[in-house]
Amino acid sequence: MSAGSTAKAESLREPGAGKTLPVLHVTNITKSFGGAQALSGISFTVMPGEVHGLLGKNGSGKSTLVKILAGFHAPDPGGRLEFNGEHVHLPLKPGDFRRLGMSFVHQNLGLAPSLTVLENLRFAHLTAERRSFINWRAERRQAIDALGRFGLTLDPDERIDRLSPVERALLAIVRAFEEIRAECAATGRPGLVLLDEPTPFLPREGVDKLFSLMRSIAATGSSVIFISHDVEEVLTITDRITVLRDGRVAGELETARATHDQVVEQIVGRSLARRAEPLHDPTATHAPYVRVDAIAGATLQPTDFTIGKGEILGLTGLIGSGYEEAPYLIFGARPCQSGVLNFAERPSITLADMSPGRAIGLDFALLPGDRQNASGVDSLSVVDNMLLPDVDRFFRGGFLRRSAMAQEARALGARYEVRPNDPSAKLSSLSGGNAQKVLIARWMNRRPKLLLLDEPTQGVDVGTRVQIYGALRAAASSGTSIVCASSDAEQLAEICDRVLVFARGRICREIAGAELTKDGIAEACYASINLSGGGEHYRPTALAS
Amino acid sequence: MTEVTGNISVARPGRIRFGRWFERVALPVVWLGLIAVYGVAMPQSFLTWGNFSILFASYAPVAMLALAIIVPLTAGDYDLSVGATLTLASAVIGVLNVWMHMPILLVLAIVIVIGVIVGLVNALFILFFRIPSLVVTLGTTSVMTGLVQWITNSSTIGGIDNALVMAVVGGRLFGVPYAFYYALAAAIIMWYVFDYTPLGRRLLFVGRGREVARLNGISVDRVRLGALVTSGVLSALAGILYAGVLGSADPYSGLNFLLPAFAAAFLGATTILPGRFNPWGVIVAVYFLATGITGLTMLGIPLWVTNVFNGGALILAVTVSQLSRGREATDIG
Repeated sequence: MSAGSTAKAESLREPGAGKTLPVLHVTNITKSFGGAQALSGISFTVMPGEVHGLLGKNGSGKSTLVKILAGFHAPDPGGRLEFNGEHVHLPLKPGDFRRLGMSFVHQNLGLAPSLTVLENLRFAHLTAERRSFINWRAERRQAIDALGRFGLTLDPDERIDRLSPVERALLAIVRAFEEIRAECAATGRPGLVLLDEPTPFLPREGVDKLFSLMRSIAATGSSVIFISHDVEEVLTITDRITVLRDGRVAGELETARATHDQVVEQIVGRSLARRAEPLHDPTATHAPYVRVDAIAGATLQPTDFTIGKGEILGLTGLIGSGYEEAPYLIFGARPCQSGVLNFAERPSITLADMSPGRAIGLDFALLPGDRQNASGVDSLSVVDNMLLPDVDRFFRGGFLRRSAMAQEARALGARYEVRPNDPSAKLSSLSGGNAQKVLIARWMNRRPKLLLLDEPTQGVDVGTRVQIYGALRAAASSGTSIVCASSDAEQLAEICDRVLVFARGRICREIAGAELTKDGIAEACYASINLSGGGEHYRPTALAS
Repeated sequence: MTEVTGNISVARPGRIRFGRWFERVALPVVWLGLIAVYGVAMPQSFLTWGNFSILFASYAPVAMLALAIIVPLTAGDYDLSVGATLTLASAVIGVLNVWMHMPILLVLAIVIVIGVIVGLVNALFILFFRIPSLVVTLGTTSVMTGLVQWITNSSTIGGIDNALVMAVVGGRLFGVPYAFYYALAAAIIMWYVFDYTPLGRRLLFVGRGREVARLNGISVDRVRLGALVTSGVLSALAGILYAGVLGSADPYSGLNFLLPAFAAAFLGATTILPGRFNPWGVIVAVYFLATGITGLTMLGIPLWVTNVFNGGALILAVTVSQLSRGREATDIG
């Protein structure tokens, strides 16, 4: 073992130079999709035994970079990749990374929930090797050893779905390291484990365990790339940080010398780029429509806020901060921990008693983010999708008035500029943007008192976005209250009267008026993490009435 | 918002429209073709009213059973227990009416209640315990088959009240025995519910997109429960028709109806309203299969061919439908 480690140490040094070779050295990687430049000239290095943070907003190019390393995307010609000093031919083929000594843990962790710890951990060995016989005792010993190396005491026979989220994340990371451990031992070279946002859904104490596991991996001489939205986490665990912005490296920082604000500045970019003319009137005031008290769900902690009549309220934050749950909880579409809706004009309702049917009865409407599975049925027609909550209205004299339905659907389609405006066409035959218009028309047609949106313009083209914004504005000015959960700061700045920024399940910031800009929102999202650490708790300001 | 005038949908290519139209009528056309072929081959025996009226009457229970199947299928659940429910219903009629001398009307009422109970039991396991419908109804099939063997001592019970027999096959309307019209009536009611009531829309949305249905305020579980109870009741009615057609209760052959009924349900979804389980498609498909088998039997082809024909028709129908529609989503599968 000692002889081996000397040999390993030798091989890490370039003869003569006396300098440690980087595990990963990426030079000038560029990737464009059609006309859009996802990455332009990315270069960075990861040293052995280093925990390297990779930060950036949504769309900054992090995931494209990961996919190039995983061999899913081919980079444009001209880039160069070196692994432990050896030039690697690009593009990589899917699966090549393992041969190089690189492995990935993606956000969904890639564990089979109904199988055991042992089966998941030894998955590659149990399926890939051509063996006629599985020696379960040996496999079990290997699994216990692998877990023991990192001080984990999971029962190898426990099913994954009985593990806590933290244990699952730890297992996925141990497995990723196990996959390359043999390779690294054989070549005596360090490997690289890439963690793609494994933390957003973990509780605080779980993240600490993850960090000590990452440190243990780094202590073996291998390296870890840690991708996260959470600046504070990255500052806590990493040695160095690379920040991506708009497909470029915005900066490289030594963690020890970097400050929180410095990092946020690099992520957001200091340029106060174009300031879109807001569609809203910043001087408008809204009478309260409903006060939401102590709403709490899976990640959302008990939180209070008020929604004004005719107000467009944005909810945002980093992934996993809990804001995205709020529309579903208010609609009764997901089980809540607690919460009460206090209306200005009618008796209050506890969210535990809420159901989608009841919400619709209260003239609420919910447009889920998952358009294909939760919002509309692709294989049914536009008219059926558009008028689904209204069918009873067309049941007259014992018959469903199909032609009246088609007529109304056509009129709605014209109003919301659905193209082609054919009520009998299947929803699947429309583009994403037009399908979304159909579903927005469905709810707008009911003149809801409260419209709840989750990522309303995801996968929607720019032109359609403008139409949807216009429709939302029009509804708000006719008195509909709108709650829009979105991770798109630009969109929120454009349509919202007020934005609540969430961190760790609570509201940490309220943005309104002149501060309500794309950069202001993005900055608040990243700055939020510091603020939420303190005991200070956001309280809703009373709305002017 | 600007008004968009004109109707873009009209500009659809005629070829596609013809393709769709052809798909709708393909099965009825093939059916008529089949009748023509058999008619030419056996003009004396096949092309007679006697033959057709027997065919219409004897396949009425299968038609009723296939109609029962498409209700939960539209709501996204499989009900394999319909065949066993049919057998149970006819066996109960035999036992209560013939052996225990209960009045036939009371017996029929009991049988319909049994259909409701079967649906409720299936629903309990499928909806409350969240067990896949395929597994639950396979299990209840075996349970009911066993119960039937127990209550009938595995013997055929003859001598069912003549009133039932008369009501089912005793009279003819336009030369076709009443039995056929019962199935037809069920098809008309289902056509109305499926296409002309809000309930039909709900059923469809529950089957195609449960989450969408739920978020639009539809009580998904109630709709699925209703569909399962409906299929139980329709299967019991099929059992009544079967007892009436035979005049006796057969503890075994009812199960043989399951495959042709499923074949008809899926074959029916390739015609009239392609891509959707629909009652008229079911009626056409049942009698298409019936014609095929009757003709083959009259040509003296051995009995085993019946099974091959039914199974082959099921697989072929679904394959052809899938191929012609590309990757478009349908009710099927």
